[in-house]
Amino acid sequence: MSKEWPLWEVFVRAKNGLAHKHVGSVHAADGRMAIEAARDTYTRRMEGISLWVVPSASIVASDPNDAGELFEPAADKVYRHPTFYSIPDHIKNI
Amino acid sequence: MSDKALFEYACRLGDDSLILGQRLSEWCGHAPMLEIDLSLANIGLDLIGQATHFLKLAGDVEGKGRDADALAFRRDVLDFRNCLLVEQPNGDFAQTIARQFLFSNWQELLFRDLTRSRNETIAAIAAKAVKEVAYHTRFADEWMVRLGDGTDESRGRIAAGLDWMWRFVDELFEVDAAIAPLIAAGIGADVRALRTEWDARVAKTLADATLELPKPRRATLGGRAGHHSEHLGHLLSEMQFLQRAYPGATW
Repeated sequence: MSKEWPLWEVFVRAKNGLAHKHVGSVHAADGRMAIEAARDTYTRRMEGISLWVVPSASIVASDPNDAGELFEPAADKVYRHPTFYSIPDHIKNI
Repeated sequence: MSDKALFEYACRLGDDSLILGQRLSEWCGHAPMLEIDLSLANIGLDLIGQATHFLKLAGDVEGKGRDADALAFRRDVLDFRNCLLVEQPNGDFAQTIARQFLFSNWQELLFRDLTRSRNETIAAIAAKAVKEVAYHTRFADEWMVRLGDGTDESRGRIAAGLDWMWRFVDELFEVDAAIAPLIAAGIGADVRALRTEWDARVAKTLADATLELPKPRRATLGGRAGHHSEHLGHLLSEMQFLQRAYPGATW
């Protein structure tokens, strides 16, 4: 068994209505410890009102070698960008 | 109500937080994990923030022009009024957690009571601080369980740490003539009335941690009267060095 505690990815919601955003990671032996480490590491300057922690090992990542087939085909599909709508000034966070 | 009694009381409250905050800051850069380093430093900073408020109040009621810094950095060891528990050495991580566990559970009940103090400043400081301390309690309670219900080594260390700290518990619930009038006036908290709830909280966490309640020991008292262990002098020599060597220095 490794002496290092497992790694957890940390997500912070800055305020109600916004999505949780990935901010970094912490080491912790269990979920509660991870929440506390995340609280002490990433929210000590009022960065958020809600925390998620997820075991890093649970994250399935795309393979960088597949970047060509996964992402490049989107490059010439400009019509997929919703740039043809005008967004009223009072709508924030889009 | 004499200002002298209020000064005394504000010093006790402030010194508890100040000395434990300084103790925890000694872990900075030395904790077992980066994350714990930050957690202990955060708790220490919360405590030093509380101390700043209480010692400012003490300086204000004293009326001799001493501010929180003057009381923290230019007072001699015999004039400190903290309980003996907070000045005890960090030892290993388990000993530090045992101290935090006993103290934070007490301080949370104390501050909860002080939110109803007839002194508005004390009530306001307590209202802000009680949330901070609720987190300290949670942090320490969980570590008690992890260490107690952990490996043979962690269990041995936390039991030893608890045993070291236990003789300083009774002092937390002591009421002397200096503060009795403040309690009667609804300004101070009657800590004797907090003992039952504290005992229940501690017993529950120790049960979760599969640890035995330490055997009753002869209480070591005296911190409130300025009779400290030798550890406090060493702590102050480090904490006060700069203001003693370069009075009034700022940066």
